[in-house]
Amino acid sequence: MAELYRRFGGGLGTIFLALVAAWLAGMVLAPNVMMIDYSLRPNLPPAEIGGSRDVYSLQNILYLANEGVHRAIFFKTVWASALVAFVTLVVCYPLAYWLAQNATPNQTAIAILALTIPFWVNEVLRTLAWYILLAFRGPLNALLLALGIIDEPVRWYGNTGVLAGMTYAYILFMLFPIYNSIESLEKSQIEAARDLGASVWRTHWRVVIPHAKAGIATGCVFTFMLAAGSFVVPALLGAPGSRWFTEIIYNWFFEGGDWNRGAAYALVLLVLCLTVVLVTLKIARVNLTDVAK
Amino acid sequence: MSAADRIMKGLFGIYFAAFFIYLFAPLAIMAAATFNASRFPTVTPWQGTTLEWFDALAADRGMWDSLWTSIVVAFFVVLVVLPVGTAAALVLTSLHARARSLLYAVMVSPLLTPGVVIGISTLVLWRQLGVGGGVFLIVIAQSSFIICYVMLMVAARLMRFDRTQEEAALGLGASKFMVFRRVILPFLKPALFAAGFLAVLQSIENYNTTLFVRGFDTPLTVYIATKVRTGLTPAVNALALIMIAVTIVGAVVYEVVRRRSRTASQASKEEQPA
Amino acid sequence: MSHSVELQNVGMAFGQTRAVTDVSFTVEGGEFFSILGPSGCGKTTILRIVAGFLDPTEGKVLIGGRDMKGLGPDRRPTAMIFQSLALFPLMPVWENIAFGLEARRVAKAERRKKAGELLKLVALEGLGDRMPGELSGGQRQRVAIARALAVEPQVLLLDEPLSALDLKLRQHMRAELRSLQKRTGVTFIYITHDQSEALAMSDRVAVMSDGVLQQVGAPRELYDNPATPFVARFVGETNAIAGKVTAIENGLATVESAFGPLSGRVGDGLSAGSAAKLYVRPEALQHKTQGENRLTATIERIDFEGAFALAHGRLEDGSLLIASIPSTELGKAPEIGTRAPFAFQNANAVVLPDG
Repeated sequence: MAELYRRFGGGLGTIFLALVAAWLAGMVLAPNVMMIDYSLRPNLPPAEIGGSRDVYSLQNILYLANEGVHRAIFFKTVWASALVAFVTLVVCYPLAYWLAQNATPNQTAIAILALTIPFWVNEVLRTLAWYILLAFRGPLNALLLALGIIDEPVRWYGNTGVLAGMTYAYILFMLFPIYNSIESLEKSQIEAARDLGASVWRTHWRVVIPHAKAGIATGCVFTFMLAAGSFVVPALLGAPGSRWFTEIIYNWFFEGGDWNRGAAYALVLLVLCLTVVLVTLKIARVNLTDVAK
Repeated sequence: MSAADRIMKGLFGIYFAAFFIYLFAPLAIMAAATFNASRFPTVTPWQGTTLEWFDALAADRGMWDSLWTSIVVAFFVVLVVLPVGTAAALVLTSLHARARSLLYAVMVSPLLTPGVVIGISTLVLWRQLGVGGGVFLIVIAQSSFIICYVMLMVAARLMRFDRTQEEAALGLGASKFMVFRRVILPFLKPALFAAGFLAVLQSIENYNTTLFVRGFDTPLTVYIATKVRTGLTPAVNALALIMIAVTIVGAVVYEVVRRRSRTASQASKEEQPA
Repeated sequence: MSHSVELQNVGMAFGQTRAVTDVSFTVEGGEFFSILGPSGCGKTTILRIVAGFLDPTEGKVLIGGRDMKGLGPDRRPTAMIFQSLALFPLMPVWENIAFGLEARRVAKAERRKKAGELLKLVALEGLGDRMPGELSGGQRQRVAIARALAVEPQVLLLDEPLSALDLKLRQHMRAELRSLQKRTGVTFIYITHDQSEALAMSDRVAVMSDGVLQQVGAPRELYDNPATPFVARFVGETNAIAGKVTAIENGLATVESAFGPLSGRVGDGLSAGSAAKLYVRPEALQHKTQGENRLTATIERIDFEGAFALAHGRLEDGSLLIASIPSTELGKAPEIGTRAPFAFQNANAVVLPDG
């Protein structure tokens, strides 16, 4: 702090500190504290707020644990998000490897530009594109029917649609961290492994993947977090049978009218995401500083 | 080249083609559907080429209102995030290593928080203060995490700043305010432009956070998502097509600005001896 | 006459590390004063203390007789030229030069005019609207000098500003700095680790080592009468021969060495009976058999350096002896591999306590 004042003087230094404090305290910390407060209180009519029944308890969180449907949706969201991360990883890894090791600088530049274009298009529109593509009477079914691969249209909306849409939405969050980490691997190491008789698979398993561990962890963590917190993809591409945890939260707020329970559910989602993020980063020994690039 | 290598190469070729089809086919189909005379946006069957959906879009008052809402929100978001994000980067780079990594973790935490949670926590806090959802809360909720991006971009540029320039300016009699205004701020300008652009884009495209704090206001993304439920027509595709065109033009401008700022910083690097 | 700069018992510690210990000296107004020492000797710390970027932990700094305590760099009559030059890359040259005037709220037209005059002073007329990145190394150097002179400082502080230039340009800039200093009459304090630079340009030089001031004096004085073994070794080439002081009389000390008794002038802090070293410059050694002091060395090689050649020989105990031979006398130089006699005069050697 002393350095800040020495550098910018009393006036500017104070302004900077005040802005940062307002942000971190007022826009980051306070909302989360209030959300925790909400999630620990019962949902009461206005007259009873502050009354004898307004006491802290774990009721709202226990409700989630005991309510079978919600609990199932919660766990399904967790493993489905993990699946999204895994599928995205499988889809991205070969391309990231090629970009980082085999492509000429020109090819890399063009490919990266091509990859970023869909990323600039916003998530709702990207999802809408899939909504159109996967429609029951849509282009995908028409194509597959025409090719004779299927005999009657498939209902893609639901789990398949959500998986496809999410993978699509988060590809870049996976691709770039992996690309960056593989890029720093010296080509001679790969050649040495091949020269010593390692197969392609073994070379990847023993040389490339360990080297790219930090990038892979970062990509997976981001994809998982974005998937678990996604609302628009399951809302558009889902089906009644494929509800997402965020949709339950939304319902508590705007249909069930129980903000306290909604806050409790949101808190559970937050804790889940932070735990997954921190544990994964810890296991992969990645510093938080390296993640946010 | 061995047979196994040739097979690998072939497999990779198929994968490569599939990847880019996966990437662009949905967008291409969405764009193409704009010109189909079908009531529902699709390309199968093709019911005749038309431009009527652009007219339908132009006549859609709700769409224009929601676009205006999004622009207002984005404007205020930029107004909030640029000063705060810059201040955060300056505070961060003025700290010593240990305090810095702690503050850094706090500062990037909104990026690791699901968007819906940011919306919800903002909503419950401000209800307690008697403020309901609406443009004001959308600005607050979006800013809380967009500031992180600004902070990261400004901090990245500050890393390349030669601090002796500050000392030189002070030594020549400049006040600390003048050093900030004449030396630091001009140096940060390219990063601020880029961050401002990114902030606008992030604000307009945001859905997850906005949905919870919107109250009775309807920004563009919410409007589009609602349309899917209440009757999707290719007018939405026309809108998507325009937005894609605008964002791609914006992206190109952004890239150009970024490259130019990189050459500028290289020039300033050459200033110093090795 | 420009201001003098006086340091009184200045000390500086960064946490546990001591950078500067008890340094006192006075730079006269209008003097070209250099601080010479290897990197890490504390010379840059001293400069930053004078400039006001650092507050000394002990002692005080007086400029023009006024105590500078509590005054920041913006309030002192000094201007600094940084090693990196620290030109503002996003301002055209003239704005760089006029920056100090802008800080003093001088009107724009006046600033332009003053910048034009300074550009003329440093021979960069017409380049005012260029950006610093478009200039050559030497030109940037001059912009930095002009920028510092624009605020009409009493004292100009230069932190190794020539170190980034190539040899030819560096020699040219030395002469230019020297003449600029004489024309403007500003007090210069110049930091360098390059002893030939310091000796060539300065009126007086302060030699520092490990945060301690070793000696202050005119270049000639440092060279001929080094006060400490460090100065003897650091300023110019020298040969050191160890021994024990047997007698001190008439300003001469005699040292009993492995090669018999050798004599030289008495240095500071020398006492009879103590361990000491005799220092003799390569050019003081002559290839001949007769003289006040004599040494014999086996010649290993002779390096031709242009104006002179350096003969590298081994003394009987295996230590190195370097003698300089003027190129005009190379015909009479000893053969490689032979044992050659060398002699030097008492007045050309100095004896200092061993330490």
